[in-house]
Amino acid sequence: MIAAFDPVLLARIQFAFTVAFHITFPAFTIGLASWLAVLEWRWLSTHNAVYEEVYRMWVKIFAVTFGMGVVSGVVMSFQFGTNWSVFADRAGNVLGPLLGYEVLTAFFLEASFLGVMLFGWNRVGPKMHFAATLIVAVGTLFSAFWILSANSWMQTPQGFRVGSNGLLYPTNWIKVIFNPSFPYRFFHMVTASYLTTAFVVGGIAAYYLRHNRHVKHARIMLGMAMIMAIFVSPFQAVLGDMHGLNTLKYQPAKIAAIEGIWNTERGAALRLFGWPDQAEEKTKYAIEIPKLSSLILTHSLNGEVKGLKAWPKDDRPPSVWVFWAFRIMVGLGILMIFTGVTAAVLFFRKQLFSKPWFQRWCMVMTPAGFAAVLAGWFVTEIGRQPYVVYGVVRTAKAASPVIGSQLTMSLLAFIFTYVFIFGAGSYYIIRLIGKGPGDSEKAYGAHGMKEPPLFTDSASEKGGKHV
Amino acid sequence: MFNLGGFLDLPLIWYGLIATAIFLYVLLDGFDLGVGILFPFAPSNSCRDRIMNSVAPFWDGNETWLVLGGGGLFAAFPLAYAIVMPALYMPVILMLLGLIFRGVAFEFRFKATGRSRRFWDYSFHFGSLVATFMQGMVLGAFVQGIKVQGRSFAGGAFDWLDAYSVMVGMALVFGYALLGATWLIMKTDGITQDWARKCAQYVLGYVAIFIGIVSISMPVMNADVKTLWFSIPNIFYLLPIPLATLVMFVMNWRNLHKGHEYSPFFLSIGIFLAGYLGLGISLFPWLVPFAVSFRQAAAAPESQSLLLVGTVVLLPLILGYVAYCYYIFRGKTSDEALY
Repeated sequence: MIAAFDPVLLARIQFAFTVAFHITFPAFTIGLASWLAVLEWRWLSTHNAVYEEVYRMWVKIFAVTFGMGVVSGVVMSFQFGTNWSVFADRAGNVLGPLLGYEVLTAFFLEASFLGVMLFGWNRVGPKMHFAATLIVAVGTLFSAFWILSANSWMQTPQGFRVGSNGLLYPTNWIKVIFNPSFPYRFFHMVTASYLTTAFVVGGIAAYYLRHNRHVKHARIMLGMAMIMAIFVSPFQAVLGDMHGLNTLKYQPAKIAAIEGIWNTERGAALRLFGWPDQAEEKTKYAIEIPKLSSLILTHSLNGEVKGLKAWPKDDRPPSVWVFWAFRIMVGLGILMIFTGVTAAVLFFRKQLFSKPWFQRWCMVMTPAGFAAVLAGWFVTEIGRQPYVVYGVVRTAKAASPVIGSQLTMSLLAFIFTYVFIFGAGSYYIIRLIGKGPGDSEKAYGAHGMKEPPLFTDSASEKGGKHV
Repeated sequence: MFNLGGFLDLPLIWYGLIATAIFLYVLLDGFDLGVGILFPFAPSNSCRDRIMNSVAPFWDGNETWLVLGGGGLFAAFPLAYAIVMPALYMPVILMLLGLIFRGVAFEFRFKATGRSRRFWDYSFHFGSLVATFMQGMVLGAFVQGIKVQGRSFAGGAFDWLDAYSVMVGMALVFGYALLGATWLIMKTDGITQDWARKCAQYVLGYVAIFIGIVSISMPVMNADVKTLWFSIPNIFYLLPIPLATLVMFVMNWRNLHKGHEYSPFFLSIGIFLAGYLGLGISLFPWLVPFAVSFRQAAAAPESQSLLLVGTVVLLPLILGYVAYCYYIFRGKTSDEALY
């Protein structure tokens, strides 16, 4: 029975599963690293111990999340070869150096200075420690730069030629790295990470406020989170719109699938909800707003929007997934903007920290960022099917010569391992949240030990200076 | 377009760089995987805490060399990457799963209490053991050659599994255990150090036996390797490698018994370097043994050039700050009386 599954489908499911699992960690740690840097800066410049306590609580959560991100990321670096070897062979000349730069500019930086950030408290001075936090934060952004450049090139490839054996050769690196969709995708994703972190932090702060615990810390956390919700979530909507227009230019089939439009039409209606039926080639039960789709996409009421039927059947993305994932992402984005507006109103009425219903709402919104990030990636990755390098390499022809049963076994092993590890990680994070910031006993580093992991310094034993 | 291929032998440079990255991985993750292999045999829980602390600031960076090895292979020799990964599919996946279980144990273990802490102890140990054993099997399968047709792997799903690769897997377990034990001698004192010293003395003999078996079997299995090592004048140029290995074994044995704290670790590194050089010489110029050479597998010169510029600038920087991090955490790891 196992062998009956299509190996390409299994390879796709496995990649989707491992990368979806992986992306939740960077989505959180990119934002968290930058926020930790801000917290440490506030602490060093104001000497307000509350900032320090908030930092020390969140750095532990950062460590657990980062650890899971690292181990699931190592898997990704091998998946291109194990599951997509034909793709690796054909696109390696172009993508290899980009991933190589990610390792060289980001991974070593993050991994090395994370050690200082977690365990270096009494080994380096406060300035050096702050520098380590800052370096880790910058490292996460470098990493996002390269991996999103590589991903964007697969979406909107340029600056290459096709050589013998179907191999792709770079002809212009600047064009490869700064391909058309890259700037939009980069800013959209980094902003998404910041918002993901903000809503997690805000939700947990709201939980503390509701239970009247760690009130001083919670006010700082909720305040900073809501600054992000107020200013950044509307900005994200603008970025998303720009990204969408870029997609319309380079991947119109993806837009047609997002919109659920089958026939090319002028003055296309916006289908708010509905069920795109691939077999019947129409969107059933659609709730429409006339002309709005044309207005959004072409900025004109009667602009032309291409429908999915403009492409042959096997060049169309699976429309149901794209259609619904997009609506989930946008819906969550609207809720985030709404949260920001509400927070602003409550702030001016001096009720931001006191309204129980708003605290409950923020708690509900805690996982909103994760869900929106995943939904967004589903839109962009399923929407570019059936290609792995858009318009150049088909997904179906990119897989490894690995037999289905092997793929099934490894897929099951990954699912089991990830669910288990993720469960344990979440449990420990929830326990850290339960414990909260500002324990009277100082918890050191990531390991929550009562005492700092005393590294008896040989220099200090001999009466020398202790770093 | 930008191309250094005109005046640099790019494939050769990259062959050297990848080999160096993999060697650094073997050394650096070697000692922290080795620590994991020895972990459950430590005399007490406080010893285990201490052992864990001795590698906690470093393991993440150490593992990054594996990503560089994998990513670098993809970047510089995509064809080799595309053949080797499917050929060694199962051991690679099992290695990754092992690395997951041991990697998360660093964070989870200190947050767990009672029984669940025991669970993460075992997760750390068996994860390290499986990852190491699979790396050894990958090596064992690799040196026996990989079946290739056209631009793809053409063998079966279990080509990698035979007695020889199992033997090399075991050899690497002992090898990493030696690195781990000598690392602990350097980074700890008291009963942890005494125990680590006993471990090192014990595994050193096994490492010698395994290196002997591999050294003899390589020329026996492959005629080209035999002529390479035993023809005249090659034998005179290459003789220093086995001789140096022998000398380092003897010195390591003596220094371990004399109570040296630092030299056993560096001598063990030397032994690994000699073994690695020996393998490298035997397998040159193959990148996918005995089917695809490093020249055939090389990426386009434009690709190798672009990454080379970055590597020349960034690699010294990386080595610099990695060294700085080791310097920050120098000296003996926390005292067990604290816990």
